[in-house]
Amino acid sequence: MTAARTLATARRVLLQLRHDPRTLAMLLVVPVALMGLLAWILPGRVFDLWGPPLLGIFPLLVMFLVTSVATLRERTSGTLERLLSMPAGRGDLIFGYAVAFGLLALVQAVVVSSLAFGAFGMDVAGSAWLVGVVAVVDALLGTALGLFVSAFARTEFQAVQFMPLVLVPQLLLCGLIVAVDDLPTVLRWLARALPLTYAVDATREVIHSATTTAAFRADVALLAAYALALLALGAGTLRRRTA
Amino acid sequence: MHGPGAPPAVDVTGLHVVRGGRLVVDDVSFAVQAGQVTGLLGPSGCGKTTIMRSIVGVQIVAGGTVEVLGERAGSPGLRSRVAYMTQAPSVYGDLTVRGNLRYFARILGAPPADVDRVIGEVGLGRHAGSLVARLSGGERSRVSLGTALLGTPEVLVLDEPTVGVDPVLRRDLWAHFRRLAEKGASLLVSSHVMDEAARCDRLLLVREGRLLADDTPGNLLARTGSANVEDAFLALIEPGGAPAGAAP
Repeated sequence: MTAARTLATARRVLLQLRHDPRTLAMLLVVPVALMGLLAWILPGRVFDLWGPPLLGIFPLLVMFLVTSVATLRERTSGTLERLLSMPAGRGDLIFGYAVAFGLLALVQAVVVSSLAFGAFGMDVAGSAWLVGVVAVVDALLGTALGLFVSAFARTEFQAVQFMPLVLVPQLLLCGLIVAVDDLPTVLRWLARALPLTYAVDATREVIHSATTTAAFRADVALLAAYALALLALGAGTLRRRTA
Repeated sequence: MHGPGAPPAVDVTGLHVVRGGRLVVDDVSFAVQAGQVTGLLGPSGCGKTTIMRSIVGVQIVAGGTVEVLGERAGSPGLRSRVAYMTQAPSVYGDLTVRGNLRYFARILGAPPADVDRVIGEVGLGRHAGSLVARLSGGERSRVSLGTALLGTPEVLVLDEPTVGVDPVLRRDLWAHFRRLAEKGASLLVSSHVMDEAARCDRLLLVREGRLLADDTPGNLLARTGSANVEDAFLALIEPGGAPAGAAP
């Protein structure tokens, strides 16, 4: 794995997206529209509670879908096989994707956060940019999850169905609907093993606390560790030799 | 140009490949000599692609050995020395012709000037800035061929490189393959078009996963008493035909 090959891959992924302006527009507009809808249906103070965690979760959903389909296309079109027969390392590919989608996630987080805090009047006790930090890490986590699960899908139909399978249980357990501490014991253990729980916890810290807390830092570090571990696992699923 | 003592560029011994519970390559042995164009001929589904994938080192094999340039097929050291063109054009539809070649050149560590050289060689100068998805099937497979021509590969494994190519470009591409061989590269080119066989130094005829013949085009025709490779192929399949794989 080399920096030059990883960056070449990131550049290539971004160039591909540039030739698909509709996807690029949807990546930015869809999370903004969803936040706008949420601001519209919820009274101000309730929006301040639901807005920040969802601000991170929308990019996670979008990135998960985009990445799992993009990686699956790479597998089915034969370009993956070609790259692996070349001097490209598996890490070059996986981290190339992560860098490209990470950059997109950054732009997405900046756009969604500034509109949520500006136009939609969202308000938190902590600083607004920390919500943005969580959103970027969430989007990276979505990318890593998408890369990982695409290894288990043979077709696009299967790939998109991994979203309800992998993400919906996390959405139900992450503490958004029922506080993690109020869950039955087994589900509480399960919730604590799943990364989205820490994403929601991190935004809760920003909502309620004016300074960055140790709990916030621990949550973000854990999320980043999850993302890195999933990327490494994703690289492990790429096989040079196939049947 | 190469003495009989020169080691072969590709050495396949007793290759067996099982796919989906079926034996698709059955005890195949042959060598590709350095500086030669070797044709791999046979009907669609006969195992050509699987043999090529085994040489590139992306195929799980059930038995036998495949050595390329003295190393085990697929070894890390071979990855920039062996070029592979897959049968389905494995290029990015949402990049331009130049964008595709630039990316693969960076992965290979090939000089940037190679991109324009290759675009000329596969006759895509007019389409260099076009998105690959908007090209015809034949043009797309030329982008894929161009990718295999980047850098200075010593072994080129080309799976049906001239499908959908007009006769003029087909002639030019074969002339280019010949020049590469004269410079010392070794080429294994598959085709189901038998008339391309005459342009090869040596022919491998494959049917149902088995090697029917491994000979020069001239010997093959003389041995079977045929006027063209198509007839030679039939003579080899038909019961009572010439014995397969006569000793070289």
